[in-house]
Amino acid sequence: MNQEAPIVEIRSLGYTVGGRPIFDGLDMDIPRGRVTAVMGPSGTGKTTLLRLITGQVRADTGSIDVAGENMRILKRDALYVLRRRMGMLFQNGALLTDLSVFENVAFPLREHTDLPERLIRQLVLTKLQAVGLRGAADLMPSELSGGMSRRVALARAIVMDPEILIYDEPFVGLDPISLGVILRLIRRLNDTLGLTSIVVSHDVREISTVADQVFLLSGGKVVASGTPQDLNANPSEEVRQFVGGLADGPVPFHYPAPEYFGELLARGEGH
Amino acid sequence: MKVIKELWQSLIDALIGLGSVVRFLLRMLMVTPGALLRFDLIVQQIFNSGALSLVIIMLAGLFVGMVLGLQGFTLLERFGSEGSLGVAAAIGLVKELGPVITALLFAGRAGTALASELGLMRATDQLSAMEMMAVDPIKRVVAPRFLGGVIAMPLLAAIFSVIGLYGAQLVGVQIMGVDSGSFWSQMRAGVDLRDIREGIVKSLIFGVACSLIAVYEGYYATPTAAGVGRATTRTVVTSAVVVLFLDYLLTSAFL
Repeated sequence: MNQEAPIVEIRSLGYTVGGRPIFDGLDMDIPRGRVTAVMGPSGTGKTTLLRLITGQVRADTGSIDVAGENMRILKRDALYVLRRRMGMLFQNGALLTDLSVFENVAFPLREHTDLPERLIRQLVLTKLQAVGLRGAADLMPSELSGGMSRRVALARAIVMDPEILIYDEPFVGLDPISLGVILRLIRRLNDTLGLTSIVVSHDVREISTVADQVFLLSGGKVVASGTPQDLNANPSEEVRQFVGGLADGPVPFHYPAPEYFGELLARGEGH
Repeated sequence: MKVIKELWQSLIDALIGLGSVVRFLLRMLMVTPGALLRFDLIVQQIFNSGALSLVIIMLAGLFVGMVLGLQGFTLLERFGSEGSLGVAAAIGLVKELGPVITALLFAGRAGTALASELGLMRATDQLSAMEMMAVDPIKRVVAPRFLGGVIAMPLLAAIFSVIGLYGAQLVGVQIMGVDSGSFWSQMRAGVDLRDIREGIVKSLIFGVACSLIAVYEGYYATPTAAGVGRATTRTVVTSAVVVLFLDYLLTSAFL
């Protein structure tokens, strides 16, 4: 396979939910072997983009190729084969609550392989060691803090040695220490395991420290892309609002509403 | 006119709902052979749905049997045929009360647990995470729970009937003084294999209905606190209505 070709190739993608277009003509190339960040204000469809890339939902128009497979026409069986080459870290970890930390990490191995117990044990402990939680192997998910759950979920996501690792908002609700740990893990796992990492986030400062490339989404389109430094230097109003955290701008502070005083003075019909 | 239109619409909605339940059942049956290969998962669910419901089933069985013994005795005594208490209690328990009350209790105890568990798994992305790990949640999570419920129900109903019979005997023979010999011998003579079969078939079908409703409601629950609550409530209500309706159909079919 061509090592230079992008691992995810999106062309004029269209996707509509309940009559509201989320994406309309989105183009994006995600390079192999790098940490790519997808940023944007809430509600721009970042998580939806991940669901499209992982085949949890299907695009209406355009094309998405992931590792050479066309996600729009991929059959269920082939999709499951492809997913074994992907790992995904959900926002809250999504650990299976009835299994211990060890069993959670062992879960994909037990489901997909016939490895002997000794080997499973070694693999699981290695991955837990990589995220610093070998000592927590016997705990249940309910006994873990938010940051620990996410690290266990990360160990589970890499246990099958995926080619692509996808993070959905990995920094939400973490204390500075856990956040630093996750940031370092993203970089270290990407480089040592030779992965391609895709990180969806809106934490501009955090993600800028690990990402090789950034896409800024707004209104269903890529409004800027490049290195984090490129983004900081970008003069466009949309980029400035997002990077600078300004309340009002191209993304309005107010949700569309009728005229303010008119509604205040109206005699409460409809409410 | 508007009423007719609304009635028509709710009929259509009900049919669509029924269709999606049937589709869900078919999808589950398709993965059942694979799920059966991992019997340890099913055994665990038989434990969750069955063994953990044992106490409530046994207690309910005992009290229902005792009431049956008391009511049956006062009624039969009027005709001087209190010796038939055994056969009356046994037929009532095996054919009707056993399967029906077990199913209602099962929906309340195990059905709600299944629905809320699956609903919370959906709400906390556990089902999506499984799909992302290329594991089919229907096969790994839903089918074992469904099969566990289907297997547990007839066993629970049988235990209910046996304990109920003991309760009827306790009140009828031990307290009211019905002759123990006629109690048991008339029961043995009067209860047919057909009666037992009716009870088993009923509880099996109730098991399918209650388990299916519970896993369906849980799997498709709206992933919010309110959504999971609604799914749990609907599980109990729908199960109760469906069980009583099916009971009438099955009873008339067996006559």
